Order: sequence, then structure tokens, then C-alpha cells
Amino acid sequence: MLTPVSRMCCRPLSVPVQILFLAVTIMTAGVSLGVGTSSSGVRPGPPVNPSVGDRPNDAGSAIEITWEASFDDSRGRGIVNSYSIFRSTEAVSGFANVATINSGRERYQFVDEAVEDGRRYFYKIVAETGSGAFSEPGVIGPIISSAQWFHSDRYSMLWALIVVSTSVLIFISLARKGKELYIRPIAGLQAVDEAVGRATEMGRPVLYVPGILDMDDVQTIAGVAILGRVARKTAEYETPLSVPVSRSVVMSAAQETVKEAYWDMGKPDAYRPEMVRYLTDDQFGYAAGVDGIMLRERPATVFFMGAFYAESLILAETGHSIGAIQIAGTAMTSQLPFFVTACDYTLIGEELFAAGAYLTEDPRLLGSLKGQDVAKGLAIAFIFIGVILESFGIHWLTDFLKVN
Amino acid sequence: MSSTAKEERRGLVDRLKDIDRRIIFIFIAAAVVIPLLRPIGMPLKSSPPSRALYQEIDNLPRGSVVLMAFDYDPATDVELGPMSLAILKHCFLKGHKVVGLALWAQGAGLARASFSEAARGFSVEYGVDYVNLGFKPGGLVVIDSLGKSFDRSFPKDIDGRPIEELPLMRNIKTYADIDFVLGLSAGDPGLPFWIMIAQGRYGKKVGGGCTAVSAPMLYPYFPNQLVGLLGGMKGAAEYELLMDAKGAATKGMDAQSIAHAAIVLFVLIGNVFFFVSRGREKRGGAQI
Amino acid sequence: MRREIPLIITFVCGLAMIAQFFIPHSPFGGVKDYFQQSYMIIAAFAMLLGIGNLTKLHVGKISEKRPQWGYSVVLLAGLLGMTIPGLFIGGIKEGTIFDFLFKNAFVPMSSTMFALLAFFVASASYRAFRARTVDAALLLIAGFVVMLGRAPIGDYLTWFMPEGWQMSDYANWIMEIPNTAGQRAIMMGAALGVVATSLRVIVGIERSYLGGE
Repeated sequence: MLTPVSRMCCRPLSVPVQILFLAVTIMTAGVSLGVGTSSSGVRPGPPVNPSVGDRPNDAGSAIEITWEASFDDSRGRGIVNSYSIFRSTEAVSGFANVATINSGRERYQFVDEAVEDGRRYFYKIVAETGSGAFSEPGVIGPIISSAQWFHSDRYSMLWALIVVSTSVLIFISLARKGKELYIRPIAGLQAVDEAVGRATEMGRPVLYVPGILDMDDVQTIAGVAILGRVARKTAEYETPLSVPVSRSVVMSAAQETVKEAYWDMGKPDAYRPEMVRYLTDDQFGYAAGVDGIMLRERPATVFFMGAFYAESLILAETGHSIGAIQIAGTAMTSQLPFFVTACDYTLIGEELFAAGAYLTEDPRLLGSLKGQDVAKGLAIAFIFIGVILESFGIHWLTDFLKVN
Repeated sequence: MSSTAKEERRGLVDRLKDIDRRIIFIFIAAAVVIPLLRPIGMPLKSSPPSRALYQEIDNLPRGSVVLMAFDYDPATDVELGPMSLAILKHCFLKGHKVVGLALWAQGAGLARASFSEAARGFSVEYGVDYVNLGFKPGGLVVIDSLGKSFDRSFPKDIDGRPIEELPLMRNIKTYADIDFVLGLSAGDPGLPFWIMIAQGRYGKKVGGGCTAVSAPMLYPYFPNQLVGLLGGMKGAAEYELLMDAKGAATKGMDAQSIAHAAIVLFVLIGNVFFFVSRGREKRGGAQI
Repeated sequence: MRREIPLIITFVCGLAMIAQFFIPHSPFGGVKDYFQQSYMIIAAFAMLLGIGNLTKLHVGKISEKRPQWGYSVVLLAGLLGMTIPGLFIGGIKEGTIFDFLFKNAFVPMSSTMFALLAFFVASASYRAFRARTVDAALLLIAGFVVMLGRAPIGDYLTWFMPEGWQMSDYANWIMEIPNTAGQRAIMMGAALGVVATSLRVIVGIERSYLGGE
């Protein structure tokens, strides 16, 4: 706090002299703080409502500085060009410029990531004009950055994860203990045996297309899982199998899967690595390659199991044109209509993920399907409750379920 | 009618029901080619998602920074290319700055072509009014990393120039310096990721353009997470209409209209034959 | 151990990825970026495996003169024809051989494959869209409305209707309301399927991606 000059003297000074001394004091203080006016510049208004805070829900070392536009920034006289942010570990000195932000917005935010956790920092935000004039700086702080151990906006996701996982694990446990679990018939999966048998009778190969995405997509994992079951059938019936893939990692996984299937069925000699071949990563190059395989090798049965995009109809129509029986499964909602139209059987959405459990009838896998269904039931209940609450203007459920 | 004639007619109906698809292909080819050669000029109307996107870009203050993602390839350039041109022209007209990038390898080259063509007729300068950062693999990882630093994700532009040498990029460090994100996407990685990260995590306004086949999947995001959406060539034509500047998309609308009508006609004819055939089978069964 | 080690790796990595979603504090917060970048590096090197597999298969086909070996020659010519100029003769910038082949061969071929969809949609629709049941008939009518409404011809045919009641307005309503509801329902179901499948993979119940049962 500046001490008025008038208090330093023994006798009171006249008002004009007090004002003169006050003006000199302010100008001197301004110079000592490193800000001031140029000979031609007018001092702009300061940023409005500056504030600092530890950035929430992060790994630390970040401080958020926010402020609103100065009255001289576009709304007013429009003379503010930029804002400079100064930082120091002390309140009165040692400020260094950390950033300069261009003007032109209503609200500003800057995240200072060059800070250490546990240290106190002070900030100043200064509006600057083109002619070099600065606003009156005000110090804000102190603020200390820290890392958080839990993302506070994700409680709803945690509850959802706990509920879904618990439901799945409970039913897996029940299934292991021998509880009978009913799974509705899925036509596409019931037809797998028949489809492979058809290819065997006709002496033509089975073509299996595991989608065009990589192994990091769950649909591809599901597709490769089903490939294992289909490969067991082709091993058992000694039907040729062809698996063209679009990704190299999928090629490795598919080769292992098919090899293990043939070994498990006691037909290691029937396995050939050329059964699984890489074509190309390019979407339409892959479609062209698979179409070519279909037209040359004329498989009797074609499986499309995994993630597909626009090439889905190109593949399915070509398969239809050669008279193959086609079973498709994908969770890509935009491609489902094409598969439904062109294929004999289609697994829609989660039926693809249920296929592995369905084909093996492994109780643990079946149990997970039941657990998933319970979770779906809860989701439906929440939707109904949410719709009713929202209709009455009650938003707590929506707000709770939001994830940031 | 004699039984031979009846059988001949039945055979004809069954043959038409299972017509060789190449005949259908010929009709579709004609339906597409003829309107391209002899335009009809059918009137076009804009839809709410297109109007919303147009309004959003139109209402941005002059000098706003628009981040434009070219997440498509040559196969879908026919739908998304005209979109990118129309939107770029709109941005240049309003004095907005555009930062282009691509999460698809071929997108960078397509972005270059779009920028070159859009820039004609405007006094805009590369590096000052627009920048093409090129392609970066990684999809979601790249989108997320832009929230921390543009420099680290894209240290150079498409031609290898360090971005600190580009005047426009000197003040663009993170999403905080971007006013609007526009994703033109043909698949994955694409618009859903931009919505998830740029809108969901960083609170930026996101608009988009997509292929017609992806549009149904993205409609659920409009208007909350997606402020506007152009679906397919029609969406591009709608934007050209709002811009009052006919382009490739508008020219293709007649062909699209006739092709759609042809498909509807074929489906109707197929159903007629189906019902005739089914009626015959029922009558034949009743007689027995 | 051949199966146990991958299962342990899957379990640990799966838990780490779940943990990083909820725990920003290091070391959890940085796990996702690390794994994603590691995967990208592995996938990039794995591409060499794919190219090796492709080359081996087709060279074998040519050398043994197996049926249709001519196509293998075309494939290898294309592979080398793009790779060598791109790597050794001028790179991939504008004006190079690679750029010429890209713009004049690859782009038209990609567009051609995509254009096939127009023909296949027509043939598939003609063959499959039958009003066998009431549901199918309703779906067919909705399909007609959307197909016509999403092109200018829809409004052209309903020019006499007042503003807001033309074909495109019905098409927009179908896209925005019933289609959106249906898409959301399928997406939610699929998302739960993804969660359950991921859980099975993480806890090691689903092992088919490792090969065998």
C-alpha cells in the first residue's frame, strides 16, 4: 500500500499540493513496477474479473488463468491489442512474462503448464495497446498447482462401470455353478454349421472377412474369435478356408487363431499359412482384392464379421452374385442396412459380440451375456426415468450422468 | 387364357422378378449420365442442420480461427470436396482464418487442392490467412494432443516449413486459440472423435460434413454436440445454395435426383412383380 | 507360460487403461498416451510383416505358375511402381512420379470402386426390398420418402404442398426422429456389447484372439 505523501509531513498540505504529490507517487510507483505509458499511448482499462485456479482433474503442473475482456478491448474503444501474463513466486517482485494472448474475445483462458506442484505463484495480467501502453496491473494469487487422484467429473462412469462389471461377473459365477442360462436363438449363428457344410458338399472354399479395422477395435476381436470357431468347422470338414485381411496385426492374430483351431481339431497338416493373407490397408483396394478372390475362387460360403465401412455393400453384392450363402455381423450401424439387404443372415450390433459365447456355449461367456442384458435393462430404466424427470424440468439425473 | 400362355406369363413375371442386374446397372448409368449432360435445374432447399452450420460460421466474428480437418480420401472427394470448397470460400469471404490438417494420409493432398481453388478470387495469403498443416497419423491421439500443443503435434506444415515461421500459427498454441472446429470426415478417424475431444473435453464448437451414408449415424449429435452438419453431396449443394454460389455439388443434384427416382421405381416394379407372383402361387395352391 | 504371459499382459494393460480414465495423477494419467503411441509404432512395423506376406505369396504364385499368376504380376508391378518412386525418385511431393501415379491412377481407381455402390444399391434394393409384411411395407415407405426427400426431386414432386410439408421436410423428420432413436438404441446395445467383450478379454475369459480356445 502506498503511503500518501501528506502523512509523512508534520503539517497538513493544501489539497492541490496533495493531489500533485499523489500523482507523482503513482507515476513513480508505476515506473518501479515496470509498467507505464508511452509518450503517445493512452492507458487501457485492465482485464475484468481476472482469476487463477489449479486446473482441475489433471496430473498437476498446470494453473488456469481466466479473465474477461478489458473495456477497451473491442467492446469499448478497441485499442487493446493483446494481453501479457506475468508470473512470479513472490507477490511484489520477480515477475516474468510467460505468455502474450491476442485480443478480440469476450472471455480468455490461459493454462500455464510451466509450473511446479506445491509452489506458490502470483500472476499479473496486463492489457496492452499497439502503441505500447499498459493497463494498471493487479496481482492475483497465490495459487498452488497439484495433481488430483480422481477425476471428479467421472463419478457416474465409475458407478456405471461397477454396475456393469458386477452384473457380468455375478452371472459368470452363476453360470460356472451350473445355472441354466437361456439365450434366445440367433438365426445367423445357428446357420454357421449349415453354411460350412454347404461349402463342403459343393467342394468350394469358405471365405472369411474379419472387417477392415485393426485389432484395437473390439469388433475385430469379436470377428477373430468367431473365425476360430469357423476354422474348427472347416478343419473338421476339411473345407478350404480363405481369410483375406486388411491389417498386418490382424493377419498375425488370424494366422495364430486358425493354426490353433486346426491343431486342436487334430488336423495340423491341413493348415497352410496362405489361408490368411494380407491384401492392403486401403479400404477400396481391400474391397477390390476381396471381390477378386470371390470371383476367382467362387466360395460357397462367405462370412463378414467385424467392422466395415462403405465397402460392405460392394463385398456383399459380389458375394451374392456368385451364389454364396452369406452371414454378416457388424456393429457399424451405417452398414447394417446393406448387410441386411444383401446377406442371408445378419448379426446386428451386440449379436456379433454374443457370437463367441453362443457358438462355444461356454458357461462363462454365456454368463457375461446375461450380465450385459441386466446392464441393458438398467440403462432402459434410466432412460425412462430420465425422460420423465426432464419433462418436468428436473435435471439432476442428466447432470449426474454427464461425463466431462 | 390357355395354360401355355399362363405359364409363359408366369415365366415372364418370374424372369422380371429376378432380372439380370446388368440391366439395372444400365438404367442407373443412364439416370446418372443423362442429367449431367442435360441438366434439369430442379429447385433445391436447405435443411436445418445445413442452415445451422452456415449460420454458425456466418456469425463468427471477423478474424475468427477455424480449424478444418480433411479426414477423407479421393473416393469420397466427390461428396466432401465441394463441401470443403464452399466452406472455405465462406470463411475467406467473412475474413476468418483457416488452419487445415488431415488425419487421413490422402486428406492432406486434397486439402492442398481445396485451399488452392478456394483462395482464387480472394486476396488471402498462405501463412497469414490460411495454413495447411498436413497429415499426422494417430487419429484420436492427435486430436487430443492439439489440446496441449499445436507445435508439438505439427512442428511443420505440409511443405516442411516450421510453423513458427507462419504468422498465423504464432498465436495458435492450443484449442483455446481456436474459435470453431470443422470436421469433414468419411469414416474413422473422423467427426465422432472431434466431437468427443474438441467438443466434449475442450468445449469448442464443432460442426461437420460427412458422406451421405454416415449422416444417419451423426444426426443424433445434432444440435447439442454438433452445431451443424452437411450430409453428402446434398449437404454440399445446400451449403452452395446458402452461399449463393453454385458448384460441383449443385450440378450433381439432378443426376442424384434421377438416380434416386430410378431406384424407387425399380423397387416399386420389383414389388409389383413380387405381389403378382405371390398371388399366382396362392391361386395355384388353392386350386390344388 | 505361452498363454499365461499374454493373458497377464492383457490384464495389466486393461486395468491400467481403465485406471487412467479415472485417475489423472501420474503415473496413471500418462498411461494412455504411452500405450497408444506404442501401438502405433508396433502397427507401423507390423506393416512390414503384411507386405512381406503379400510379396511372398505372389512371388510364389508367379514362380510356380499357379492359376491366374498373371494377376500376381500386376500386383507386384503396382506395389513396386508406387513404392520405388515414392521412396527413391523424388519422394511424394507435388510434381513427382508418385504424385502423378497417385492422382491419375490411384484416385480414379478409388473413386471407381466407391462409384460401384450406386449400381449395387440399385440391384440390391430391387432384389431385396419386398413388402412381405406390414413392418417391411412401412420400412419401404419410409425408404421411399427419404430417398426422394434427400434429393431435390422430392420437393419437385411435392411443389404444390405448403412450406414445411414437402417431401424433404418429411425426410428430415424421419432422419431426425425415428432414425436417430433407432441409431441410438443400436449404438447403446453395441456399446454394452463392447464393454462386456472387453471385460471378457481383460479377465482372460475370451482367449480366442490368442488362438484356439
